[in-house]
Amino acid sequence: MIIKVLGPGCNNCKTLERATKDAVAELNITATIQKVEDYAAIAGYGVMSTPALVIDEKVVSMGRVPTPAHLRELLTAALG
Amino acid sequence: MLKNAEKLPTSRRRQVAFLAASVFVWVGAYRINGWVWNHLFYNLFDMTPTAKLTETVHFFFFDLVKIGLLLIGIIFAVTVLRSYMSVERTRALLGGRREGIGNVLAAGLGVITPFCSCSAVPAFIGFVAAGVPLGVTFSFLIASPLVNEIAVGMLFSLFGFKIAAIYIGAGLLIAIVAGWVIGHIGAQRWVEPFVFETKLGGQVINTTSALTFNQRMQMGIEEVNSILLKIWPYLFVGIGLGAAIHGWAPADFFAKYAGRGNIFGVVIAVGIGVPLYSNAAGIMPMVQALHEKGLPMGTLLAFMMSVVALSMPEMILLRRVLKPQLLVVFIAVVGTGIVAVGYLFNALLS
Repeated sequence: MIIKVLGPGCNNCKTLERATKDAVAELNITATIQKVEDYAAIAGYGVMSTPALVIDEKVVSMGRVPTPAHLRELLTAALG
Repeated sequence: MLKNAEKLPTSRRRQVAFLAASVFVWVGAYRINGWVWNHLFYNLFDMTPTAKLTETVHFFFFDLVKIGLLLIGIIFAVTVLRSYMSVERTRALLGGRREGIGNVLAAGLGVITPFCSCSAVPAFIGFVAAGVPLGVTFSFLIASPLVNEIAVGMLFSLFGFKIAAIYIGAGLLIAIVAGWVIGHIGAQRWVEPFVFETKLGGQVINTTSALTFNQRMQMGIEEVNSILLKIWPYLFVGIGLGAAIHGWAPADFFAKYAGRGNIFGVVIAVGIGVPLYSNAAGIMPMVQALHEKGLPMGTLLAFMMSVVALSMPEMILLRRVLKPQLLVVFIAVVGTGIVAVGYLFNALLS
């Protein structure tokens, strides 16, 4: 699974990255987490409010940091 | 608080009970605020109510609680209401609009769309690449921080309906006119070319319409937490300065130097406001104290607007998509608008 955290480096983006790492560890998922900070690339995903979360090239959340429970839900749903 | 957010009641009846209980506690705290400090300082500590020190200390604690309560209530309500809007929806509404009516719509939507200035750049690219005219995009980007609902709520609570309405009207007018001007000077040449070349891909997910009421309340609680965490230093400094001004500045001190008689008052206020980077909520206690000491409302509104609408960090962000020429035009047009509003309302409200 490839997870991308979209955001130019604001506080919320860092929070989301940390929360995603935690959730991935908790669920025992093998995933690579990448940060996307380039504006053109972020806009390329159709994202206009950061931070956003992309799982396997699909935008699953944007504009806020999901709660840990919601984050686990999103990850489990993406697993299949 | 954050941890509790996940334990919100799920049944409709319990939600109503939860909200009603919160409102009750809030109103109760707001009501007894004055009494508590009066009792503490005048009766328990036996301080003279009219002494300067008493007035200053009393103002500080009374305002700290009052502004804190107002912020909690207003941020929560605004966030829950705004969760029904999203930047994506706004863009869809603005797509294909012409200048003129588009500017008016964009300014209005800028007020009600939940938007953080940290997202100004992706939103700018998203709007322009989707074909929203440049001037219309600017009307949105200007109105969004300028007419801040939290500031509107605070102005309404502290100064009444008229001032709040004037603030909204003036802010919208600046956003509409400034956007229109930028749209008519061929500013496209001052936008970094990559913006127009960006291909918008990805399916647009609907982030806000599918939320449950619980999730909206949770967002409200989170927002209260995150804003208060971010602005509390400004709040303390602002209330501290407000208290100092309230207690120690002579009644006509500011009226004499920056009041209606001083024709440069508004320009000076805007000059001080632009480099200041604070939240509208953070400077409210100062605005309140300055008003009390005779500073005219137009000057104060101009000061507030310059603090929230033009800030260095946002300019640095926007530099990624705008060439310096357009940044200068942006600052000049918005700055002129704010100064004009200041003079207009000083004249109208006298």
